[in-house]
Order: sequence, then C-alpha cells, then structure tokens
Amino acid sequence: MSQTQMYKAQIETISREDLTQLQIERMQSTLNRVYRNVAFYRTAFDSYRVNLERLKDLDRLRELPFTTREDLRKSYPYNMFAVPLRDIVRIHSTSGTTDRPIVIGYTRSDLRNWTECAARVLTAAGITEQDVVQIALDFNLFSEGFGFHQGAEQIGASVIPASLTTSVKKQIVLMKDFKTSVLISTPSHTSNIAAEIEKLQVHPEGLHLRLGLFCGDRWTEAVRRQIEQRLRILFIDTYGLTEIMSPGIAGECSFRQGLHINEDHFIAEIIDPKTLQPVEAGQEGELVLTTITKEGFPLIRYRTGDMTSLNLQPCPCGRTLARMARVTARSDDLILFNGIGFYPSQIEKILLSIEGTSPHYQIILDRKDGIDTLSIKVEISDSIPGLDEVRVLETLRSQIYRRIKTALDLEARIVFVEPKSLHRETDSRQRVIDRRLENKG
Amino acid sequence: MLKILNLEAGYGPLRILKGVSLHVKQGEAVAILGANGAGKTTLLKTIAGILKPRCGDIVFRGQKINSQSPEKIVEKGGAMVPEGRHVFSALTVKENLMLGAYTRYGKNNREEVAQTLEQVYSLFGILRERHLQLAGTLSGGQQQMLAIGRALMSGPKLLMMDEPSLGAAPLVIRDIYQAVEGLKRNGLTILLIEQNARAALAVADRAYVLETGQIVVEGTSEELRHNPEVQRAYLGKEYQSIDE
Repeated sequence: MSQTQMYKAQIETISREDLTQLQIERMQSTLNRVYRNVAFYRTAFDSYRVNLERLKDLDRLRELPFTTREDLRKSYPYNMFAVPLRDIVRIHSTSGTTDRPIVIGYTRSDLRNWTECAARVLTAAGITEQDVVQIALDFNLFSEGFGFHQGAEQIGASVIPASLTTSVKKQIVLMKDFKTSVLISTPSHTSNIAAEIEKLQVHPEGLHLRLGLFCGDRWTEAVRRQIEQRLRILFIDTYGLTEIMSPGIAGECSFRQGLHINEDHFIAEIIDPKTLQPVEAGQEGELVLTTITKEGFPLIRYRTGDMTSLNLQPCPCGRTLARMARVTARSDDLILFNGIGFYPSQIEKILLSIEGTSPHYQIILDRKDGIDTLSIKVEISDSIPGLDEVRVLETLRSQIYRRIKTALDLEARIVFVEPKSLHRETDSRQRVIDRRLENKG
Repeated sequence: MLKILNLEAGYGPLRILKGVSLHVKQGEAVAILGANGAGKTTLLKTIAGILKPRCGDIVFRGQKINSQSPEKIVEKGGAMVPEGRHVFSALTVKENLMLGAYTRYGKNNREEVAQTLEQVYSLFGILRERHLQLAGTLSGGQQQMLAIGRALMSGPKLLMMDEPSLGAAPLVIRDIYQAVEGLKRNGLTILLIEQNARAALAVADRAYVLETGQIVVEGTSEELRHNPEVQRAYLGKEYQSIDE
C-alpha cells in the first residue's frame, strides 16, 4: 500500500493557488445561479443585504447567511431546486419520521459529479477494478447505497448490491461464495456481521475480505479497532450527507489521517456552533459546506451539525486536498446535564475502555421531583468470566461509575442489561432518551 | 497562463462586467459563451488592454497586466482577433500580415517573421494564393482568416478571438474552426468568444457562460453540452444543427 492510487490525480494533487481560483470561479457562478433561480436564496441574500458582486474571495463567503436543516424541511418538497423538475433525473430524500423529510434532486451532471466523487473516495480507500465490492446498505430513498454502487462501477469493480434487507447470514454466504473483497456498510451492521461470523465459526481468513468501508453512523476509533480485529481487515471511513452527496464529500486514504474533502466540489468552513463565527485554523467546530458544482440542489453554507476540524497540510499520500478529522460528534447531540455538556460518544469511549462491557448502551435522562437524573444502560458482554457473581458485577459497576465521574464529572447510575437486549441497528438518536421535559414539573 | 479574478469593467457610467473570475491554462482552449450584451466583448477588450479594468486582477503569464497598454500585452504574447475582422482593406493580404508582426521587427528577427508567415500561409492556403490581392476584395470568411493570420504573426502565446464565426457562411465556419483546432493541436492557448455555442464547444476544452456581466455556468465543454439550461439557451435544443 505504498503507492496511493488516485482517481483524478490532476485535481487531487492541485496546488492551493489553483484550487482557490477554481473555487472562487465556481462559488461565484453558483451564487449567481442560486440568486437567480432559488427564491429562498434571493430572499435570504436580499434580507442580509448581500451584494454578490462584492464576494471577491473565499473568506467573504462568511457574509452570507447559513442554510439549516430546518430551511430545507420548510422547502418541502421542491422549493430549493435550482432547475426545473424536467432537468432533474433522480430524486432522493431523507427519512424524517417525525418531521417533513428533505428532498434532494440531481441533474444528469450532478449524477456524473457524484459518481466521480464516489469513485475518488473508493479509489483513495484502495479499491480497484480487481475488487468484488459487496454493498450492505439500503437501496432506498437514502442515497448511500446508490452512491457507492455508481462509484464502484465507475472504477470497474464488480459490484454486489447486497443491500440491508438481506439477512446477516445471507450476507456472509454472499461474502464467501462471491469472493467479496470489499465490504461497505454501516459500523453497526458490520459489527452484526462480525458477530454472526463468530457464531457460525467461519474463520475470517477463510473469506476473501481485504478491506471494509464505513459510512453512515458515527463511531469511535475503539469500535473500528474492535471490528478490525474481529474481521482481520482494515476499515476506511467515508463522509457524506444525504442532503448534499453521500458518499463523495470526503474519504480517508490508506494513511487514515483524516478524510480528504473533494474541495473542487465543496467549500468547507469550520464554525463555532455557539457564536457562529469561524474558528481558528485547525480548531474543532461545526462543519459548514457550500456546494460549488451542484445544479439541482445547490446549498450555500449548509450547517452539517457535524463536529470536525480541517487540516490543510498535504497528506503523505500526495493529495493536497484538505483533510477533515473523523466526525465523532454532532454539534447538536451535545447533552447538557446539570450544567455539564457531554457527547454520547464520550460515554461510548469509556465503556469500550473497560473490559467486560460492550459498546451498546443507552443514556436516559429523567427528572424526578425536580431533580435531574442520569442513568446509563450498559450491555454486558457474555465473554466475561463469573458473570453471575454479584461481586464481579459490583466491581464493574463501580469501575464504570468512577471512570465517568473522573472523565466527565458526571454522576451516573449504571444499569446492567442482558447482552443483545438493546437495539443495534436503530438510529443513534435512540441511544439518548431525554424525559426531562415530559409533563413533569 | 491567464488568470482573472473579480474583474469589473465598463464604459462610462455603464458597468458591464460585475466581478468575473476565470482562468485559462497553458495549451487549453476556453470558450466564453453568452448572448448579445452579456459582456463578452468587453471582457476580451479588457484583457487585451483596450479597456481599463475598474477592479480586479488580470494575471497573464505570471504578471499582472491590469493597466498595461495593448501593445505591451501583444509583446507579452497576447494577440487578439477583433470582432468584425477589421482588416486594412486598402493594403494587400501580405501587408496586412506583416503589420501583425510589427512588435517583432528588427534585423535579427527577419528570419523568424518569415517563418511565421510561412506557417500562416500553410494554415490558410487561400492567403498564400491571394497574398498580393487587396484585403478589401476578400470575402468575409477570407477576411476572418486574414485577421487570425495577422494575430498569429505576432507569435502569440495566447490567442483571443472575438466571434470568429460571425457573419460567415457555414462552410467557412467549418474551415475557420478546423484552423483553430489545428492551432490548438500545435499547443497554442486559445480564449474564444462565441455566440455560436455549438462550434465553440466542439473545439474548446472548457467554457464559461456569461449572463449580464456575471458567470452563471462553468464547466468542461462536455458538461456544458449536456447542461439543459445551456441547451435551451444557446444550443437550440430541439433543433438539429445545419453545420454538423
């Protein structure tokens, strides 16, 4: 893995100066187009008294208002499209079970760019035309399955659209019989597959698997290491958003020191989610993306809610495109408890560092008689010896309690639950249950 | 080769270009498309030094050329073929061509100039045939070839052309564009302004669409050919072209 392959080296190794020129040109033409074609942006720019002719460099982008998820919901279904519907050739949507979903339209050229961006991400991960790629992702309104599919075909790999509806057992059969070399899935589904492989006593080396790609959920380095050990392969992270392009915004190369952003298609900014001001270079903050090539559904300064940082240093792989740190938290799943803010992923990290627990957990916030309580349901792993002994469990409980107390200054009640009793494939939002504001004083 | 950032220009109180940014790389052919009055010619005149920019940067071969005179820019290697040819009709074809080389005159360059003349003749055979004829007696298409030939006589690094197909017969357009393609193959960098989007996109690597002084679309020629907006506005989507 010494020589990194690139899908479009000319762009992926572009000098910062040339990239800036390209970004300015594309930013200006995108802004001119959205101002002419999207009522939302015309109103927004006018009310902010934005003079597009004055937007002369990338920093001036800060003068523009943000686009939020809420704005996109309000425009349901087609109000944010910048081209007539007859020019749209594909429509995707977010799930939005409680709210109105966000609808995303792609023109033919958007699809082409998406496919290319996905192909770049896959190539950076190390996938070639020799690979057999099994995509264990939903092929429905979400775009991820399709994006990986298009990108992998573009590279010339053999693609198995296994989808998520196939049972885990069937996935493993496919993997064995079709000689799958690359598995693309969410971390939680991958960990289910890994568990099933262990259960079926299939030796990982008996498979042809050599590489895995994660997308979708957030996860910690510890989860990655755990899955890597179980399946004996490397896992590469990718970053995408259904609202913009997924996959294709960014992806890791074999050096795995951050995800290369396809900056010729997106301008990335990092802001402080509280003050909304740009953070110092290299600091962590919320990722804000502006699309500069999209025709159907262009977004200006879209607040992704994902916390990351940017690194402009060229990568040892030769790419000059900026790298974003792996997203481990969202700006909006910050839990505030008795004045202390913490992320669920921090709890996960602690649980993973303690032997005998599994990364499956649930955080429950409640209020009883005006006092807020925090309890954490933790699955115990059945591999720990002496599971039935109260003393062992008590030691474990106090260990977790103390670690959380020292690390986060939180007093949490730890509740052990049976292995595999918590939902796994469910949305990560269900990891946190907040009942503090439900009809109680 | 050429890099333009936030260019603003106009005539008197008229603001024509409102913050235009674009670039042309070495060896590339780039087209600027747009309707009448979009600011295409203003853009070219500003690059060539005929108009002074009000704002913004023009960087040509690594040097800022914002307020330089047209002849300095020709010396630096930027040659322009103006719209409507503007050949000297009372002079012969050869005299017209030699005028194009005025920045290179000098004892040491005679050989070189003669060489360039030979190249121009081999590019446009008709000019060799009629080198003693008065330019005013040439047909429109031949005059266009003469104008291109004259620009080439300065030995340019960047050839800027303003509507080379304007007013020419379809067959002549084909000849002109064949010549342009030949020039591109020889490594000449070309900036082309056209209303005839189909012809321009066939030869250009990339293109920008200018609308009321602002760039609204940019991309490779391939992308623009398939862009529905461009198809409707500039390619006459439902119609078959007669020059294909």
